[in-house]
Amino acid sequence: MSAEQLIPILASTVGAATPLVYASLGELVVERAGVLNLGVEGMMLVGAIAGFAVASQTGSLTLGFAAGMLAGMALSLLFAFLTLTLQTNQVATGLALTLFGVGLSAFAGREFVGTVVNGLKGVSIPGLSDIPFLGPLLFRFDILVYLSLALFVAMQWFLNRTRAGLLVRAVGESPQSAHSIGYPVILIRYLAVLFGGAMSGLAGAYLSQAITPMWVEGMTAGRGWIALALVVFATWKPWRVVLGAYLFGGVTILQLHAQGFGVSVPSEFLSMLPYVATIVVLVIICRDPKTILLNQPVSLGQRYHPDA
Amino acid sequence: MLKLEPRAEPSRAMAYASPLLAVVLTLVSGFLLFSLLGKDPVQAFTVFFLKPVSNAYGIGELCLKATPLTLCALGLALGYRANVWNIGAEGQLTIGAIVGGGVALWLHDFNNAWVLLPLMLVGGALGGMAWAAIPAILRNRFHTNEILVSLMLVYVAKLLLSWLVHGPWRDPQGYNFPQSPMFHDAAMLPLLAEGIRTNIAFVIALVLAAVSWVFAEKTFAGFRFKVAGLAPAAASYAGFSEKRNVWLALMIGGGAAGLAGIAEVAGPIGQLQPSISPGYGFAAIIVAFVGRLHPIGVVLAALLMSLLYIGGETAQIQMALPAAVTGVFQGMLLFYLLAADLFINFRLRWKPKPHAATTPLTVVAKEPA
Repeated sequence: MSAEQLIPILASTVGAATPLVYASLGELVVERAGVLNLGVEGMMLVGAIAGFAVASQTGSLTLGFAAGMLAGMALSLLFAFLTLTLQTNQVATGLALTLFGVGLSAFAGREFVGTVVNGLKGVSIPGLSDIPFLGPLLFRFDILVYLSLALFVAMQWFLNRTRAGLLVRAVGESPQSAHSIGYPVILIRYLAVLFGGAMSGLAGAYLSQAITPMWVEGMTAGRGWIALALVVFATWKPWRVVLGAYLFGGVTILQLHAQGFGVSVPSEFLSMLPYVATIVVLVIICRDPKTILLNQPVSLGQRYHPDA
Repeated sequence: MLKLEPRAEPSRAMAYASPLLAVVLTLVSGFLLFSLLGKDPVQAFTVFFLKPVSNAYGIGELCLKATPLTLCALGLALGYRANVWNIGAEGQLTIGAIVGGGVALWLHDFNNAWVLLPLMLVGGALGGMAWAAIPAILRNRFHTNEILVSLMLVYVAKLLLSWLVHGPWRDPQGYNFPQSPMFHDAAMLPLLAEGIRTNIAFVIALVLAAVSWVFAEKTFAGFRFKVAGLAPAAASYAGFSEKRNVWLALMIGGGAAGLAGIAEVAGPIGQLQPSISPGYGFAAIIVAFVGRLHPIGVVLAALLMSLLYIGGETAQIQMALPAAVTGVFQGMLLFYLLAADLFINFRLRWKPKPHAATTPLTVVAKEPA
């Protein structure tokens, strides 16, 4: 395989990985705070259509991405209110959020089917972007790719080096203890869920404004669920989330290119790869129950109310 | 001020009232939504909820669409009772359609419906079970989360169907459409009456609802499900095998969903095609919850959900309302239900604000925490 073939593959891998990085890093914080939000897929879809709609109406991609984040947050606020204030079952509410998001996005997007926006373009850094091989490989991505990596660094620092990050982890491990020494467990969880919603919304908006700049019903195609699986695969560690997202980006892209290399497998089977890979990866990680037991936030998915 | 106060005991009345409350709230929201869309809400309501069921054909359609929803939701509800979260009924339905439909295509010159139809139905159920066996094995053997695995398998199943109807099973005389040949008459489920499309599968669904009630309420296995769901610690203390529950729940869920799949293709559809379900497997999750995970509730909730589907279609044709409204309604219904369920365990109480003098007491009382 020549460099001319390799570069676009590697570059598109990064593109495919970026929404997964955002969505799973967001969900990681949510789960570290002890909340399981299965609504990632729904929030991504709503983020995708909100972003696309605003971008195509205003012509501003920035506003589009902001709208995507806000839409994701709005949905996650609904989830937070139900699970944290009204104490509903997190699994059921998360499923409801996804089903609602699928319906809502299809409903809101019906006017936008078949339209396009000018998608997000890569940056051009004088000098750096023109370096042969390294230029297209490192310095020509769009700004959100770089921001996703910055987010990873920031999150690594936040969770492990700051007081606030410690609090988030404490709330996830033992909400009772955190409450008893006077920390607002519910408020912290609200903030974590909202952050997760914003990141899912952004991930969705990235799909509809950068990867394929258009709106298609159900365009996330299970990426929200893959993001959830990535958090388990990552054993709740940010660096492994990024690693996993890039691996999955790679699988997605390889499958697209496989036919170009003369792999004579029906395209449907190649399209199955990301989903099958998700299952395989889950099996590998979960095989040893200790891996999960040692890493999973202890209070994950459990109801907690300070007065109860 | 208004305060939420835990009830001493969960309210039974509220457990039944909460789905009704959720329906009413969904209808009110629908009213607002229609007004926002600039449609006359009264007319929209008539078209959405009354017109479709104003004649025998409409009621037949209602039962027809309620069939796959009932079948899928019955299986899911049993599992949810035992904390087994199968959300891949859509995939199990698809594989059921493939296997059952495969039997029909394979035995295409076999004309005895009395043999063929049972074979197809059994094939469909076995197909769904096989597909559900994957998350069951993986959870029991490798501790993987059945939510994620069963969901991933939905996509795999749909791609498999797509490959079959685009490739090996495509009708050679089908003008290149991605469809299998039409099933012949002996491979079609008999209709219940002239002039409607409801078939025998609706009766099967009702019978299975009764069977599942007996299973859940009158058998030891059903009791084990209940304990596992309500008090997992008690279940393991009593020595109830979690693995057996997982197996049973997924086999029942998968089998029922597979049956729904073959009933669709051997019923209203009549052939295999790339899309055989408008999301019945996912809507069944809502049906299971709105039906209180109870078989009778499931049947009623399935009829309601079916009305949402049909109403959506009618409203699209007659009022140019977007069909996606159905999805919004479905999601809202589940949200309202989950919220209304709060009042099973809590109640609203009007509490006068505490006087200044009593405040320190509460503070003191809270201190030891």
